[in-house]
Amino acid sequence: MTAYVSIEGVARRYGPTTIFQDVWFGIARGEFVCLVGHSGCGKTTILNILAGLEAPDDGAVIVDGQAISGPSLDRAVVFQGHALMPWMTAAGNVAFAISCRHRDWSRAACDAAAREALKRVGLDHAADRKPAELSGGMKQRVGIARALAINPKMLLMDEPFSALDALTRGALQDEVARLVSETAQTGFMITHDVDEAILLADRILLMSNGPEARIAEVVVNTLPKPRTRANLHHMPGYHALRDHILDFLIARSRAFKADAPPADWSARAVPAVSPALSPSPLAAE
Amino acid sequence: MTASVSFWRSAGLSLLILAIFLGAWEIAVMPKAGGGGAALDPEYAALLGQAAAQGGTTPMPGPSAIGKRLFELLADPFYVRGPNDQGIGVQIAYSLLRVGAGFGLAAIVAIPLGFVIGMSPLLNAALNPFIQVLRPVSPLAWMPLALYSIKDSAISAVFVIFICSIWPMLLNTAFGVASVRREWLNVARTLEAGRWRTAIRVILPAAAPTIVTGMRISIGIAWLVIVAAEMLVGGTGIGYWVWNQWNNLSIADIVIAILMIGLVGLALDRLLGLGARAVAWRE
Ligand SMILES: Nc1ncnc2c1ncn2[C@@H]1O[C@H](COP(=O)(O)OP(=O)(O)OP(=O)(O)O)[C@@H](O)[C@H]1O
Ligand SMILES: [Mg+2]
Repeated sequence: MTAYVSIEGVARRYGPTTIFQDVWFGIARGEFVCLVGHSGCGKTTILNILAGLEAPDDGAVIVDGQAISGPSLDRAVVFQGHALMPWMTAAGNVAFAISCRHRDWSRAACDAAAREALKRVGLDHAADRKPAELSGGMKQRVGIARALAINPKMLLMDEPFSALDALTRGALQDEVARLVSETAQTGFMITHDVDEAILLADRILLMSNGPEARIAEVVVNTLPKPRTRANLHHMPGYHALRDHILDFLIARSRAFKADAPPADWSARAVPAVSPALSPSPLAAE
Repeated sequence: MTASVSFWRSAGLSLLILAIFLGAWEIAVMPKAGGGGAALDPEYAALLGQAAAQGGTTPMPGPSAIGKRLFELLADPFYVRGPNDQGIGVQIAYSLLRVGAGFGLAAIVAIPLGFVIGMSPLLNAALNPFIQVLRPVSPLAWMPLALYSIKDSAISAVFVIFICSIWPMLLNTAFGVASVRREWLNVARTLEAGRWRTAIRVILPAAAPTIVTGMRISIGIAWLVIVAAEMLVGGTGIGYWVWNQWNNLSIADIVIAILMIGLVGLALDRLLGLGARAVAWRE
């Protein structure tokens, strides 16, 4: 696997506490990776480092063979709290992003492209509304449209649906799954929702509890695409996959100790498992 | 607490209060029937100056007398008959001009400077002691220094307005800029918006409501200070006019000036209120 992005030995420390260190993983072009772990283990920090918004205390992020030194238009971020500018309309928010990508475009061209981007997430009717006049799900969709409108090489999402009700979240998950598979968008997403991870991710990184968190396991999602929420749970292997991740979150995430890792574990080559292919003994317990 | 009241009911009550107030005033100043020769307090007589010295008393005018005088003044507000005899409109225009110039200059200095201070914690900390010491100084305390160094009373008045307008705008701009949400700045960073675009498209609109609030406070203070400043420097302006009418003992004119100052101040505040509404945003 030739990685488009690789995270190499990244660490974050606050004084004497090490939140995480020795984090290594790569994301291939066209691949969608989800990061799952308990609250406070450092997921947002990893995403911010990947985006270039924060510098790691150790290690580096390599994109296309080059270490990054800051944020880039190539790595669009969908923020957890939507982060729309309340003084701009939905179209204005997206057009602002487009005008940053295409400095030479006219205002009208940016606006037209913004409306096109909103149409892709089904919001063409709300283009002229301010964020305050949109529901939570609509705001999050504008955030996604803004990220996709600049044609990023990579999409970074920090729990984009966690603040939404279950129905809206489900609809948006299907929508993102469709958009991502249509364009083979490279993506990295943090989530607490196991089904969301299985729906979207090609690989799921499982992070142990902090402090001293690590990527403890990599789960390869072998379920066939396209996946939708409607067909997901009928797929053979789905339950094994889901149980494997839940078991990790409930028990193994706490049991994992970086100073006494499992025999086959190494920070640079975290063991990958495919529970959907061959149900692991752990999941069968 | 603030249950909505109907406009007509509140306006009716306002008119009623006004009518009672004016009526009581009118009755209070009515010449007493069997009066005449009421002994004047000597201190009061001394204050009244020449008029009292000449033996004349100036009674407090009633609302009807003031109304008549107001009508006279407003019939021709813009006449100019020599430097000491100009219409009330001309005087207000002079004052507005000074406030406009002082306030405008202050805005030109305070808003960009506040922007820089708000963006740089270092500059903020470095300049804060100066601002904290200078801000509480009454703007009129600057007047002698201004007269001494500028040697022009008209410009000195503008300078005093400049000094008093600058602090609220400076502090509000710096505060507004410093408290722009981190997530919006992060959006701009991930879009590689650049410093200039971030300042204009993100920080300025985000901080605009706070900045306009600062401008609103500034113009209110400027309008308060201009009256006192013009009393000091003389020549023209509504402040000077008030003082002049006091020397002439035209009490009705003074009451009218108070009313006019209030109305113009209200208009200035409403103007910036419109500005505030234009830049307001709601989450
Ligand atoms: N300024 C700071 N000083 C000390 N510790 C900090 C600071 N900022 C963050 N942390 C710690 O860093 C850890 C990682 O934070 P981060 O936001 O990355 O967690 P997360 O995995 O995204 O959590 P969640 O799932 O709740 O969003 C947390 O345990 C937090 O307490
Ligand atoms: Mg987080």
